[in-house]
Amino acid sequence: MDIVVCGKIIPASTVTVEIDPATRRMIRKGVAHELDPAAASAVEEALRLMEKEGGTVTLVTMGFNEITIGIRTALAMGATSAVHIFDDALAGSDALATAKALAAAIGKKPFDLIICGTESSDSYSGIVPGQLARLLGVPPVTFANEMTVEGNTLTIKRQSESGYDVVEAELPALVTVTSGINEPRYPQLKGIMAAKRKEILQMSVEDLGLAADDVGEQGAREKVLEIGRPPKREAGDVVEDDGEGGKRIADFLAEVKVL
Amino acid sequence: MADIIWVYGEVVDDAVTSTTLEMTTKAAEAGAAEVILLGPAPEDAVELLGRHGAGKVYRSPDPVFRDYLTLPAAAVVESLIRQHKPAVVLFASSYGGRDVAAAVSASLDCGAITDVADFTLTDGAVEAKIPALGASYWNTSTLVHDDVKLLLVRPKAFEPAPNPKTPVVEEIATPDDAELRKVRLKEKVTAKAEGPQLDSANVIVAGGRGLAAEENFDMLRELADLLGGAVGATRAVVDSGWVPYSLQIGQTGKTVKPDLYIACGISGAVQHLAGMKDSKLIVAVNKDADAPIFQMCDLGIVGDVFKIVPQLIEEIKARK
Repeated sequence: MDIVVCGKIIPASTVTVEIDPATRRMIRKGVAHELDPAAASAVEEALRLMEKEGGTVTLVTMGFNEITIGIRTALAMGATSAVHIFDDALAGSDALATAKALAAAIGKKPFDLIICGTESSDSYSGIVPGQLARLLGVPPVTFANEMTVEGNTLTIKRQSESGYDVVEAELPALVTVTSGINEPRYPQLKGIMAAKRKEILQMSVEDLGLAADDVGEQGAREKVLEIGRPPKREAGDVVEDDGEGGKRIADFLAEVKVL
Repeated sequence: MADIIWVYGEVVDDAVTSTTLEMTTKAAEAGAAEVILLGPAPEDAVELLGRHGAGKVYRSPDPVFRDYLTLPAAAVVESLIRQHKPAVVLFASSYGGRDVAAAVSASLDCGAITDVADFTLTDGAVEAKIPALGASYWNTSTLVHDDVKLLLVRPKAFEPAPNPKTPVVEEIATPDDAELRKVRLKEKVTAKAEGPQLDSANVIVAGGRGLAAEENFDMLRELADLLGGAVGATRAVVDSGWVPYSLQIGQTGKTVKPDLYIACGISGAVQHLAGMKDSKLIVAVNKDADAPIFQMCDLGIVGDVFKIVPQLIEEIKARK
């Protein structure tokens, strides 16, 4: 089974992300990056399936040089190879432009299943997977808390407002997985060493067969007009518990007439 | 003539969703509201949409739209947009709304703005207000083309309000294409729910990773019961399987706006804050004084949640 994982490599959780007021974009260059936890869950699910069914796992991702570290993480976990879409012309891409670039890269080879996180942990638009499925003409099967593949049928437990739905589709398909679907493995030394020899195929916009105005700022349908800080919520009292913390809260609840 | 604003209506658990009514209210304020409602719905659904300002409802009761996810609905919405050219189409940021909007935005090549908290429509141009990075920033975004503008709207962004109209109903035919029946709903499983529901509770007691173990949620349940409230949780907690996913508050879970939110052992990750930042009053208990939740609470106690919450419970019992 040939599995594609689409995932993002994002500013590390230790980084306080800032927005550049001039470009109105997140500052990504020169910032420490890591494999998005949402993408790590997608990689893990793909690896488990590959271990059962055989085949390959290819990570397809997009971004600057800074993201190589996250690609290596996925390869060290056990992904077979990676495609890194890399081009300055991609800066400023919105969700649809991103989906177009990913679709162009994925569409170059046959695949059985695409696995994505439900949304990235940095910009969480959550629509790239659905757009990608539409562009590639495969059924979108989303919000999986559990997934199995039997023969040619993908079955998931799909998170719902009041519980879950059992949903199925035939392969090839695209599935999005929640971060609770598994506990992603940590790369082991052997995997880290092996990852150094694995292929990372870099592709430019031209390699993808896209025009410059399909992607990036020129291709983006969505444009940010203005960006600012919201009015700060007036910070209230924050105090150390002096052994009477519970009573203090009760007093507050009485004050605001909840009690 | 007022701009025509469509709402992609949804029925969940046999009821028109509150976000559908919120969006319909807003659409009727900003233009002429029309709703697309596909699949089985309660008998009074059209009337209910009319009461919230819908002048027209595109309707099909065909169970195909319930039993096959995303694709039949997206095909209908696409073809209706091509035919009628509304100015804007609003979708809920819900499990169903997001998938349909994504498919339509790709096939019409029009893109979409997600996570919209408010918007204006002036001469066909949309300006949408969006919290970014867990509401530490606000964007104002637009869609730079002359086609239909798709917006994915946050739950509880707008107040539903009466605006009585008698909607014209236009029946929609079901597309008869096997290709659209590829994502099959086999079974719906409802998690057992007692007491007030998260969406409508006035008081929410929520727990995070700081609670350390599943059984420690019992004290939160007791506190919530005493206050007539509901229990919620962070993503880390539902991912650990301590409580069901339906209790998750945050970007991927529910958006709540209770009168009082008591955050216990919650640090305040961006993804959680996105779902509860609009609570009227926030009380936080956490052992880490640097936890981001303390930046936005009305009262914060830095200390041991296992001492403070039981003390609070005893105190409430004593005062009742």
